[in-house]
Amino acid sequence: MQAFTRHSGIVAPLDRPNVDTDAIIPKQYLKSIKRSGFGPNAFDDWRYLDAGAPDVDNSTRRVNPDFVLNQSPYDRSSILLGRENFGCGSSREHAVWALTDFGFRAVIAPSFADIFFNNSFKNGLLPIVLDADVIDRLFTRVQQEKGIEFAVDLESQTVTVGEDVYPFEIDQFRKYCLLNGLDDIGLTLRHADAIRDYEQNRKQQAPWLFLS
Amino acid sequence: MNLYYERICITLGPDFDKLVIRLMAAKTLYDKLWDDHVVRSEDDGTALLYIDRHLVHEVTSPQAFEGLRIASRKPWRSGSILAVPDHNVPTTDRSAGIEDPVSRLQVETLDNNCREFELTEFDMSDIRQGIVHVIGPEQGATLPGMTVVCGDSHTSTHGAFGALAFGIGTSEVEHVLATQCLLQKKSKNMLVSLEGPVRAGVTAKDIVLAVIGEIGTAGGTGFAIEFGGEAIRALSMEGRMTVCNMAIEAGARAGMVAVDATTIDYVKNRPYAPQGEMLDRAIENWQQLHSDSDAVFDKVVHIDATAIRPQVTWGTSPEMVAPIDSRVPDPEAETDHVKADGMRKALEYMGLEAGTPISQIAVDKVFIGSCTNSRIEDLRAAAQVVKGRRVADNIKLALVVPGSGLVKQQAEAEALDRVFTEAGFEWREPGCSMCLAMNADRLEPGERCASTSNRNFEGRQGQGGRTHLVSPEMAAAAAVSGHFVDVNELMPQN
Repeated sequence: MQAFTRHSGIVAPLDRPNVDTDAIIPKQYLKSIKRSGFGPNAFDDWRYLDAGAPDVDNSTRRVNPDFVLNQSPYDRSSILLGRENFGCGSSREHAVWALTDFGFRAVIAPSFADIFFNNSFKNGLLPIVLDADVIDRLFTRVQQEKGIEFAVDLESQTVTVGEDVYPFEIDQFRKYCLLNGLDDIGLTLRHADAIRDYEQNRKQQAPWLFLS
Repeated sequence: MNLYYERICITLGPDFDKLVIRLMAAKTLYDKLWDDHVVRSEDDGTALLYIDRHLVHEVTSPQAFEGLRIASRKPWRSGSILAVPDHNVPTTDRSAGIEDPVSRLQVETLDNNCREFELTEFDMSDIRQGIVHVIGPEQGATLPGMTVVCGDSHTSTHGAFGALAFGIGTSEVEHVLATQCLLQKKSKNMLVSLEGPVRAGVTAKDIVLAVIGEIGTAGGTGFAIEFGGEAIRALSMEGRMTVCNMAIEAGARAGMVAVDATTIDYVKNRPYAPQGEMLDRAIENWQQLHSDSDAVFDKVVHIDATAIRPQVTWGTSPEMVAPIDSRVPDPEAETDHVKADGMRKALEYMGLEAGTPISQIAVDKVFIGSCTNSRIEDLRAAAQVVKGRRVADNIKLALVVPGSGLVKQQAEAEALDRVFTEAGFEWREPGCSMCLAMNADRLEPGERCASTSNRNFEGRQGQGGRTHLVSPEMAAAAAVSGHFVDVNELMPQN
């Protein structure tokens, strides 16, 4: 996994609540058996005016000029500013893969759906929760200063916007894994003996859980 | 904690001691399920949680299996895994395989992975094939007291059995494959209590849509929801699965219902369930799977179930829901500007005007199916409404997609298929179908659908498609009327 320490980049405003993972990456692209290549189809239904499919060349499609990520300089943005309940709905990790493949390293919102939030950490995408009134101010700022860059520092847990510094909370274990780009599976397998011990006990107490 | 506790006891004497012990011992159902599965805990509360049942489908697993191969790892306990293709499978004749090469490759990849890693799979030709959340319970592969995961957010369905069940992403699928565990932080406890019996024509689907309307699509974020109260206890297992299925639409990864006689009766005699003496032992254990009477919840929501009317969603989020006898709400009356803006966007997408009576909304297509409502009880209820009637002339397509091959077989044995086909419905093969339109079943731009599925998101059932979520009875009523209608008007005997 790509480590996250600090990152500065252009912020794209996506001003709508409940952005669901179906919107982030529509179902037809979930047929892929790979982890990469989803970026050109991130927010597909909003980004293009005509229908897309896995075998359609995106360069031949009609682009929606009103959609924020099609506008300069947001087409080069790497931080997404969102509203409440970002990433709700389907558990598809493809949504995170689409955002990272587009070039996003962080999403800032007042709240995230749980599964999307978890999936982000597994892929080096940092989801940052800030208060709704701070987010309101950030939207105003981003709209006034088109192309403004935010600086995110994971070590100090801050988002810096010009002179303003906004602290954010993060789970310490997740922070540690993200800072170091650690693979969860490797970490867990260090406890393989504990897992085996648990299994042995459990087989005695509740053998019906081990019928296959 | 212990030191602190001892100090309180010494200060306050032996009676307080008893009180503290009682408070400390009182657990919610979620607490019990959680505690039973913790392998070890980190200082910050992150726990390594053991997973009893891992359900796998074709869409969210290929990258996980690929990850195993790259790291030369094997599944930790292959017996815990049950795999089935459901999202991509065609619901029409399958004898020639899948026509779409991209869908075909994904299903074949699952077949190959299951063969390579020696996992149990109900492939497309197996009578037991169906939607992953239908077949788990049907086979007894979902049991009370289990932790159940799947790379699918509707895994919350299995919580109906007094199990801790939740959806995971593909990285977590790989983690469970490799370690049989997940790294998790405990959620908070929420009780949603539905008091009183429901009125005639009000189903499990209406109950859960009303709950989501009340608490919102993010109302359950960070919580595990236990559904309780008279209206939940009165539900069949099928109904409880419908309710828990949509816990995720309220933002909660897990929904659950306490074990009772209804649960145990359902589980007995299923292929994967314990038998004989082991079953007796299991039942003794399962009877403890309820919240203690003095357990403390972080949040409790009381809902008067007697006031719930049949529900219809009008927008692009499941919380945008209204009773059949009401009107499409007006964004101008909403004081929260973010919400009002969301409502405006939703009405524009849905092609609806504020103030329109819900019962005047005409539909183009009807879909009865999905992991929310495709079990035998759902099909029986819909058939009862359809019987002796015809699909209305303005309906372009009315589909019934059973949840599994066995549900289909049972429905055919009861001649429900004939009730549907004689009325003008199409009777299909099992799968996820038009719930998310990964196969050929979908809406065209602008088409409006009465759907028994779980998500009315933009484009969910096809780009530009407009989804209204309803119960199977209400979908059937819309099919024969051509527009939404209170099912009680068609079924006065209810």
